[in-house]
Amino acid sequence: MLVVIKVISGQHCNLKSLNSQTALWKSSPHVIIVPMRSILLRLIVCVFLLAGCGGRANGQSASTGVKTIENIGSDTIVNLALAWAEAYQKLHPDLRISVTGGGSGTGIAALVNGTADIANASRAMTDGEKQQAVKNNIQPFEIDIARDAIAVIVNPGNPVNSLTVQQISDIYTGKIANWKEVGGEDRPIVLLSRESNSGTHVFFLEQIVRLGQKDNTDLFSPDTLLLPSSEGIMAEIRQNPNAIGYDGLGYVTSDVKMIAIAAKAGGTYVLPSVESVNAGTYAIARPLFMYTNGQPAGQIKDYIDWILGPDAQTIVAQLGFVPLKK
Amino acid sequence: MSSASLKTRRTSFVEFFAERAIRASGFVAIAFVVLIFLFLLLEGLPAITEVSISNLLSTRWYPTESHFGLLPLILGSVLVTLGAAIIAVPTGVLAAIFVAEVAPRWLREILKPMIEVVAGIPSVVLGFIGMIALSPLVRVAFNAPTGLTAFTGALILAYMALPTIISVAEDALDAVPRSYRDAALALGATRWQTIWMVTVKAARSGILTAIMLGIGRAIGETMAVMMVTGNAARMPLSLDSLFMPARTMTATIAAEMGEVAQGSTHFHVLFMIGIVLFVITFIVNFVASIAIFRQTRRSARLLS
Repeated sequence: MLVVIKVISGQHCNLKSLNSQTALWKSSPHVIIVPMRSILLRLIVCVFLLAGCGGRANGQSASTGVKTIENIGSDTIVNLALAWAEAYQKLHPDLRISVTGGGSGTGIAALVNGTADIANASRAMTDGEKQQAVKNNIQPFEIDIARDAIAVIVNPGNPVNSLTVQQISDIYTGKIANWKEVGGEDRPIVLLSRESNSGTHVFFLEQIVRLGQKDNTDLFSPDTLLLPSSEGIMAEIRQNPNAIGYDGLGYVTSDVKMIAIAAKAGGTYVLPSVESVNAGTYAIARPLFMYTNGQPAGQIKDYIDWILGPDAQTIVAQLGFVPLKK
Repeated sequence: MSSASLKTRRTSFVEFFAERAIRASGFVAIAFVVLIFLFLLLEGLPAITEVSISNLLSTRWYPTESHFGLLPLILGSVLVTLGAAIIAVPTGVLAAIFVAEVAPRWLREILKPMIEVVAGIPSVVLGFIGMIALSPLVRVAFNAPTGLTAFTGALILAYMALPTIISVAEDALDAVPRSYRDAALALGATRWQTIWMVTVKAARSGILTAIMLGIGRAIGETMAVMMVTGNAARMPLSLDSLFMPARTMTATIAAEMGEVAQGSTHFHVLFMIGIVLFVITFIVNFVASIAIFRQTRRSARLLS
């Protein structure tokens, strides 16, 4: 397979497990020979890991005429980007597209630091990030690639089926702390969220917690549990009837319950789905972006053009996201 | 004759390089510590000029909106580590006493390697077990709103610190000369009195080292803690805080470092947290080494 997945945060774990392996080897009877060999092995692996880490770290990666495209960013987009990369490499076997997750912030930081050719982001770049990019002599270019809807999810045992945007905002700022205030059982509400620098978090903060108002400075309640992964949120929702969480529609599994949402009190409650997002009736939907350094050129331009075409947009629909309207 | 002198020359030649190599590696270790500290200072200190002190000492951690209060993180780390120590220290020391003094030889031969295997379990695996299996149990058992609490983190950390505490403390107990026990028994002490008043006292400095190493492992642990404590940056001031989520300094650095632009304020504040963590571990180690130094002198006086 041509797709290379490097999980950045996993690399120190590799080193750690190597350490524990050598610890086990030390307790074996071949005390004299084995540790020597294990040290050698560790050195070799370290060199490889470092090579993997530092490969493109030192400065200007050529953005035209590359054989490898580094594509880093949003965890929301990572499955989609992988599917695209795989399909595109079947058409162009001479090209390697390396897809890495880590979050929108990670992707944008990589683009700004010059280690990524394409950054995936589930939010627009902030002014601070743009200034940082200019400082590093990088001109980010924004491309709208698909749409995503955020589903608000609860445990299937929770009797609450629908909420207004205002109610969800009050729940996440801590003004509503018990399920009975929104028509549920007498249980405390446990708030789940992705880490504060995930694109999903920022989108939810601006669109829901702050109700889309620019001058609103409300924040998530300090009691909000910030979980490092979508899987962490799903695992907690599955077993905890007190919990409420949110995640990209493409990541919601069938063993949790999605909440129907009304934009205003008295409005119609709409469940998130490909149809309702396309129709514009679902309240929490957002565009997904790719960023390149300057106008895409060469192989990167070919790839982006293909992504915006009908074949790639079919893959978008297959993965539970919402294709661009054409 | 010439072959003999050649041999000596070669030996001295090898010795010359071996000696230099060993000395160099010794200095390299020290140099690394110094360089790491300098690097931390270099990356972390700009935070003081970029963020006001009152912001750093506030109770709100929300870095993407420029709230850089470190207090909830420091207290979260202290809470989880203290909880782990309260669970792991008595259990670990008692287990070490059992393995070294009470258990029959065959049981000892089984227990010792098993404890060492526990030390080899990667922390991500423990974190996953904690998230999937332990946290629902904690939620139901303590009727807490969620199972991802400081207590769950403390339990996992205690489990990770135990093998260190047990094996080091057991070694210390093992090193107490046989004659001490024989003398105590000959004076009419019971087995329990011998263990508690002679063996454990004589091995006190080693046991203290074991505890410090165990706590050191607990305070620096990241992955497992990030997965089970819920990472809510709240101030743990009320009594039930142990059964509420908490956010530790290590988890904060691990969760946020990957997604931050190099050279930004947030980046510098994360290194600031690293400095705080470094200073705390340094103080703990320093206090421990003073305590150990005193203990050895006293016990050496008593038992020589």
